[in-house]
Amino acid sequence: MTDLRASEITHAAPNEAGFGDYVALLKPRVMSLVVFTAMVGLLVAPVSVHPFVAATSILFIALGGGASGALNMWYDADIDRVMKRTASRPVPSGRVQPGEALGLGLALSGISVLMLGLAANWFAAAFLAFTIFFYAVVYTIWLKRSTPQNIVIGGASGAFPPMIGWACATGGISIESVMMFMLIFFWTPPHFWALALFMNSDYEKAGVPMLTVTHGRKVTRNNILGYTVVLAPIAIGAAFTSIGGPLTLAVALVLNAFFLIGAYRIRKRDETVAQADNYAAERKFFRFSLAYLFLHFTAFMVEAALKAAGYGGW
Amino acid sequence: MMNGKVFFTPEHELHKRRFSRNMGLGLVLAGFVALVFGLTVVKVTTGELQETYSQQSHGGSQP
Repeated sequence: MTDLRASEITHAAPNEAGFGDYVALLKPRVMSLVVFTAMVGLLVAPVSVHPFVAATSILFIALGGGASGALNMWYDADIDRVMKRTASRPVPSGRVQPGEALGLGLALSGISVLMLGLAANWFAAAFLAFTIFFYAVVYTIWLKRSTPQNIVIGGASGAFPPMIGWACATGGISIESVMMFMLIFFWTPPHFWALALFMNSDYEKAGVPMLTVTHGRKVTRNNILGYTVVLAPIAIGAAFTSIGGPLTLAVALVLNAFFLIGAYRIRKRDETVAQADNYAAERKFFRFSLAYLFLHFTAFMVEAALKAAGYGGW
Repeated sequence: MMNGKVFFTPEHELHKRRFSRNMGLGLVLAGFVALVFGLTVVKVTTGELQETYSQQSHGGSQP
């Protein structure tokens, strides 16, 4: 039967979901970061993994990330509805029912954890389960609406994927995977607060206690510089572990010098000047922060490839 | 059929969305089956499943 009866059309939701809406629930852009960092964590580990098992493991780590995204969209539908940036998401726009998002999130959580356990090992699977719990419960349900430190502590869930990738290969944790975690963990606050500086009105409207809303822009600018100062030695220090080498060190030195300069400029900026040029420096810093993380992890991967070819490493 | 001509009802927007959902779900399920099959083949050929079986049946010690 290829036709729809008039009553069916009348009673169908005006914005019935297509497949793409369910994909959007999984936050594909966040998933791409998860895929990339988990892949680097797995590839730079000192234990080789069968390529099919490696690809499957990364896929299920990404699916776990997507599941937590769906749970986040289920719980945050009320504030997403208020914010311009998120109002067109599947749940606030009415294309997907909240219960569907919750069901999809829970089902994919179970599938991803189970399949990662079968594909890689149960330590990695337990780590993935903890990460989903951390993002959905600790960040989304608890911290996001209660403290301006929400993205600092909640950022841990975005920093776990390279550790899970490493655990897939080695079955455990080591200083190298902890350094990769710390790199993302301390990168997250300057990255998000730079975004919050030019998206402030939205967070204010939604009542999300972003640092810019609770403590003002001056304090946020100070905090961006503070976290960038803490981040630099961690990023440079990671280059001295077994996953680093001369190339990683050179990349870390250059990237952190630029990142520090950018953070210092933001710290010195006057709010009136920033408003006048529509937060050009803050936008530039935000864009650079994306390149910063991507290039750091690319350097780890290239170093590992060089090491395998008899170059690279210490 | 009217006057020897066949009339098709124009496809409604809802048709397209439902078709995309069905097609997407079908592809995801087919992909999942292929993935589990591939994983099984890899585990069997690399002997990982056999190792697990030996460990279980011999109380963790290798024969």
